[in-house]
Amino acid sequence: MSDIKPIYKDVDSVVIRFAGDSGDGMQLTGTQFSSTSAVLGNDISTFPDYPSEIRAPAGTLAGVSGFQVNFASKDVLTPGDAPQVLVAMNPAALKAALPDLVSGGTIIVNTDSFTASNLKKAGYTSNPLEDGSLDGYTVHRVPLTSMNREALKDIEGLTNKEIDRCQNFFALGLTFWIYDRRLDTSIKWIEQKFAKKPQIVAANKTALHAGYHFGENTEAFQVRYRIKRAHLEAGTYRRITGNEATALGLLTAAQKAGKTLFYGTYPITPASDILHFLSTYKNFDVRTFQAEDEIAGIGSTIGAAFGGAMAVTGTSGPGLALKTEAANLALMLELPIVIVNVQRGGPSTGMPTKTEQSDLLQAMYGRNGESPIPIIAAQSSADCYDAAIEACRIALRIMSPVIMLSDGYLGNGAEPWRIPDVDSIPPIKVTHPTEPNGENGKFLPYKRDPETMARPWAIPGTPGLEHRLGGLGKQPETGNVSYDPNDNQQMINERAEKVARLANWLPEQEVYGQEKGDLLVISWGSTFGATRSAVQAAIADGTHVSHAHVRYINPFPRNLGEIIGNFKRILVPEMNMGQLVVLLRAHYGTHEFIQMNKVTGRPFTIKEIREKIDSLLAQG
Amino acid sequence: MTELKLTRKDFVSDQMVRWCPGCGDYAILAQMQRILPELGIPKEDVVFISGIGCSSRFPYYMDTYGIHSIHGRAPTLASGLKLTNPNLQVWVITGDGDGLSIGGNHLIHTLRRNIDLNIILFNNRIYGLTKGQYSPTSLPGTKSKSSPMGSIDPAFNPIAVAIGSGATFIARTAATDVKHMAEIFRRAAAHKGTSFIEVYQNCIIFNDGTWSFATDPKTKHDHIIYLEDGKPLIFGKNKDKGIRLNGITPEIVSLDEVDESELLVHQESIENGSLAYFLSQMHH
Repeated sequence: MSDIKPIYKDVDSVVIRFAGDSGDGMQLTGTQFSSTSAVLGNDISTFPDYPSEIRAPAGTLAGVSGFQVNFASKDVLTPGDAPQVLVAMNPAALKAALPDLVSGGTIIVNTDSFTASNLKKAGYTSNPLEDGSLDGYTVHRVPLTSMNREALKDIEGLTNKEIDRCQNFFALGLTFWIYDRRLDTSIKWIEQKFAKKPQIVAANKTALHAGYHFGENTEAFQVRYRIKRAHLEAGTYRRITGNEATALGLLTAAQKAGKTLFYGTYPITPASDILHFLSTYKNFDVRTFQAEDEIAGIGSTIGAAFGGAMAVTGTSGPGLALKTEAANLALMLELPIVIVNVQRGGPSTGMPTKTEQSDLLQAMYGRNGESPIPIIAAQSSADCYDAAIEACRIALRIMSPVIMLSDGYLGNGAEPWRIPDVDSIPPIKVTHPTEPNGENGKFLPYKRDPETMARPWAIPGTPGLEHRLGGLGKQPETGNVSYDPNDNQQMINERAEKVARLANWLPEQEVYGQEKGDLLVISWGSTFGATRSAVQAAIADGTHVSHAHVRYINPFPRNLGEIIGNFKRILVPEMNMGQLVVLLRAHYGTHEFIQMNKVTGRPFTIKEIREKIDSLLAQG
Repeated sequence: MTELKLTRKDFVSDQMVRWCPGCGDYAILAQMQRILPELGIPKEDVVFISGIGCSSRFPYYMDTYGIHSIHGRAPTLASGLKLTNPNLQVWVITGDGDGLSIGGNHLIHTLRRNIDLNIILFNNRIYGLTKGQYSPTSLPGTKSKSSPMGSIDPAFNPIAVAIGSGATFIARTAATDVKHMAEIFRRAAAHKGTSFIEVYQNCIIFNDGTWSFATDPKTKHDHIIYLEDGKPLIFGKNKDKGIRLNGITPEIVSLDEVDESELLVHQESIENGSLAYFLSQMHH
């Protein structure tokens, strides 16, 4: 043991980024760091950022995989604009991440990887560790590969490759020491994950401890940082990603409705994790069906809904395009299904692992004919849980497909989530008729509920209610095929009215900040965190600005127009080229809407939005 | 349990049947309505799901639960429904365009998964509802609205497609052969797993006579063989011809010259598809 006494410094928050090759285990390292921080009671927000290639050429910029964690003793809504600490496993990682690092930030670098060949692959003409280009930063030079090899040399039965694969745990151990984190959560994880491979357990644990002790015994790291527990509402917390939260939300909704959860889907980045999570919950009557394609995913979902299940399909933008025709079939059959779209960079295949909000208009209008579908957008990773429950609730209430919009940033990002008391979640009332609703014992499948306008959900197996549904134009009430002009007009009117009436039932729009003023920021979806943080900071600085985060996009909240009318100008930041703003202009056209658009595959920073707010207010 | 006393009429819906007069679909509908009451299944547990095309209007005419879905996708809805409620008897009604062209992917994967569904493919070798374009089962050279000089695409063999997909029940019948068709429907209903039935069905408007070799009483006996488990392959009006294997090639022999014991014997339960594939490749 060293007799050096470390100095503790208390800080409110730290943003750290782990960066390395896509095979270096950076996602795992970041996830472990987040889990431990969540267990310690910090608020966290994470941003995994990785290439779509599974193993891009080693050492190149294309192959850099990063994981950013913001952990704090206060409430955080984003993974942080810029990391203060960068852990760079190779020259490419340093090169890719350095422009994001705060000036004067800390760099922990694996010097062993700074070979001539790796420097060349990263496009460096001179070694940044020697040419003075890092002079403005605090650089910790750690021969991580060799120290890790030395630490693991006595463990028998390991190949060199296996030894080197543990170096991410060495790096993790070092950061655990610097930020005063416990090792037990990660040790438990290692023991469970590799239970069948004792030598791998030993190797990873040894690497983790070696990194930790290296920090303890090295003068360079004698300042340790402490981040106190965040003041979170009392309860039991876990770290949760948006995709996990979506899966659990769907599961909860199905349980609350007393339904089987059917999830019919096709693998697609970044939505596949929902399938992965749900496929482990057979014990809650979850039936997952990996279909042959996107269309079969939604087709099976419609069949399951006809059979009486809480039926859901999940996808991302290109998959939503493929599901279009079937979504309209669900709309015509008036069967309740939920379509989860975890949006990604488009168009076409676009940037599968990067985030965007550019499917809003596709969700709204991307179908043939008059086809209104309710849309709800989740605002944070944990909020995906509530949004998923609400999407199911809406679908079951009005017998309609519902689109829930998430995105890659929410789906892959994580934050602490207070495990709800399930008894406090209201049940979802679902009724299936057992008696005919028409004269002479006839069943009328399209005879609507006078309030919700939902048609009755009679399911196969119910005697006396046999009926046929189809995608052809139909007669009101009977649902019989009809090309009568009045019938078609009436049915289209009714389906539109059914969605529009939801606004009477859904909550009103809330405003953060003053109810009236010069500037209102309207955001939707995953831009919530950066927008709310920017507005909070601006208000704290005495600026007059307000924020309305729109959760229900179709229909819009009934009081949204009134709120907009109370402000002179409306700023609309979106990770697309202006899609919500199209809808706002269509509904509330007389106002001045100012677009703020970005399609770089990366979320907004707080700073970007704050600067825009300040510049607008400076114009007066 | 009380005995179910259903009749044909219980399965007839109140909708007017709107196929062309003389369409082969009428006979298929009639046989289905005839055999369902015999199966002892409550009609509320029977579901018909179709895609798009003339054949896909079928569910509207059955007084059971049903969905007339979208083009080619009926097997996907049927799969989701059956997985949700395995107690239902689910029939998929499709055609050569619906099942083998736009829905080809769903058909092969559904057969591969072997979920307990019954798929009936009405094969008339033409697109009828869109008024007469050549289909994936049209023979090369078919003159149609979209191939005025004769089509150049080779045709799919639906039975071979089903074998290649690992189907566990495969049968072919003709809409004109109502007794045989009814028996095949009964057998399909009894089979646990996906059943695949190809029905030779005549489109009187756009492709009249396409199956006459197999349906015309004058010629059919020389062109069709009724396959029965454990029985030799014998055919002909006078039952005087048979099929013998010459090496691995089937050949027609006269029973005047060859003893019945030398003939190929049909075996339904052979695990590998080799015999079935032989049979699928035989043509008139």
